[in-house]
Amino acid sequence: MSTVSTTAPARPDRPTDPRPPAGRRRRREQQWPAYVFLTPWMIGAAVLTLVPMAVSLWLSFTDYNLLDPPRWVGLRNYKEMLTEDPRYWRSVGTTLLYVVVAVPLKLGLALGAAMLLKSLGRGRAFYRSAFYAPSLLGASMSIALVWRALFNDGGTVTEVLGSLGIHTGSWVGDPDLAVYVVVLLTVWQFGAPMVIFLAGLQQISPELYEAAALDGAGRWRQFVSVTVPMLSPVVFFNLVLEMIQSFQVFTPAFAVSGGEGGPADSTLFYTLYLYERGFTASHMGYAAAMAWLLLIAIGVITLILFRTSRSWVFYADEEGR
Amino acid sequence: MNPTTRRWLPHTVALAGLLVLLYPLAWLLATSLKPADEVVTSLDLWPSHLEWSNYTTALDGVSGVPVSRLLWNSLLIAGGAVVGNVLSCSLAAYAFARLRFRMRKAMFAFMVATLMLPHHVVLIPQYIIFNRLGMVDTYWPLILPKFLATEAFFVFLVVQFMRGLPRELEESARIDGCGAFRTYWSVTLPLSRPSLITTAIFTFIWTWNDFFTQMIYLFAPEKFTITLALRSFVDQSSTSAYGPMFAMSVLSVLPIVLFFFVFQRYLVQGMATSGLKG
Repeated sequence: MSTVSTTAPARPDRPTDPRPPAGRRRRREQQWPAYVFLTPWMIGAAVLTLVPMAVSLWLSFTDYNLLDPPRWVGLRNYKEMLTEDPRYWRSVGTTLLYVVVAVPLKLGLALGAAMLLKSLGRGRAFYRSAFYAPSLLGASMSIALVWRALFNDGGTVTEVLGSLGIHTGSWVGDPDLAVYVVVLLTVWQFGAPMVIFLAGLQQISPELYEAAALDGAGRWRQFVSVTVPMLSPVVFFNLVLEMIQSFQVFTPAFAVSGGEGGPADSTLFYTLYLYERGFTASHMGYAAAMAWLLLIAIGVITLILFRTSRSWVFYADEEGR
Repeated sequence: MNPTTRRWLPHTVALAGLLVLLYPLAWLLATSLKPADEVVTSLDLWPSHLEWSNYTTALDGVSGVPVSRLLWNSLLIAGGAVVGNVLSCSLAAYAFARLRFRMRKAMFAFMVATLMLPHHVVLIPQYIIFNRLGMVDTYWPLILPKFLATEAFFVFLVVQFMRGLPRELEESARIDGCGAFRTYWSVTLPLSRPSLITTAIFTFIWTWNDFFTQMIYLFAPEKFTITLALRSFVDQSSTSAYGPMFAMSVLSVLPIVLFFFVFQRYLVQGMATSGLKG
């Protein structure tokens, strides 16, 4: 960084900076407006992010019900969570199942749709917008209620499946199927990653495909050898983004589960259980511990994805480095 | 495949996909206009007659609070959030994109890192803070954070956009004697309009749809938003109330649909660029 500390004499700027070295006074003048611009952000970062993070870490070692002062209990919340609370593990299981099923399905559909749209030519812009629309509506309570109705007794999905000879009964009332109602609602919103995939596909130079075709590569070979590597950074970005978002799903889980994670805790998503322990049962310390374990889990999975990305994500501009 | 099939196959698949995708929305609209006895008995989307009384019932709202009030409350919160995000995020973005200052790299890295932070980690202490300030059951906890650029996604979006702007205009403004603030206000901000519109629309839609935060902070029925009011339908699963319930649902997604039709270009573009430059 090309700033000047108060004790060191003025140094020339780094060689990359074309501007002539400026005196200390001039630099000072340049610095203070930046902090004025940043004041709202800095207040927010400190008061609403950094301090709350520290406080919630501390609270996770306490027993706190909002009314009485927090009581230090050491690792008890974590111990109870990990060894004595079957509902906690139920919520972990449900959420993991949901993430592992919904994210690949959603991204696969998004990639397929993006490739379809790319081959369309005329009508591409229309379909791009139309496929994107569910992503804006999907997070709303209204659509979650629609989903619950469609998959309930007499809903379109159960009726249509029934007429095909597949009698599932109400998905919403079935502990084995309820979670898939939320999965399908998530997959329905494939438009957002699709738009990102499509933009990525359009950036791949047609010359690469022409060269591959000249070398005798068929469509499948072109997909494997050109599309996949060139698109891998976008796949990686979408994967990390969707994974982080999926761990935090709440509204559809709330609607489908009747607000309580039912039937038989089969839709007790992590965030739903966190809400229940923290805000319904007033165990704020326990909820804070849950939140920290969520942060750690997301952090670890992100880290693993970043580590493995070195072997499968291809960055064209780093070639030959 | 012969050439005609090859030409028509993608269009056919796309159209079929579109119909499946839009079915839930068509169902929502149809159900909101169906008489009570047709909701479950008939899969036919078209009602035998249009039951407008579903809407008059829905307009009465929930717990004696009319829908007009619920919509107004939602609008107030979403509007406040839009103003807050556009102002605070563009201010921070300008500093990150154009100004030099100590700790710039560290602060920028921190900002990007908060993109991945699950909201739940800060949720409880934030609640305690707003509770101490006596702001629970007011709109402040829903609006105030937006004025403090807490949504890193939008800061990042605008930074990326501003970095793509040519520097020449800003430099000539500087040479003409404009300070950082004049330059920001009269040159950079107007040029950044597309990214600010994207920020505004996404903020509006996400705030409008946000159920979790509203549920935590709002208790008095007359302060409820349209999203919160729909919650009262979550507990009951009887199909007899479907008509009014989905009439109210239609009213609650109407603003989003309107925004989508007017601003779809910005939405799709904003989504695409945020992903590629990330």
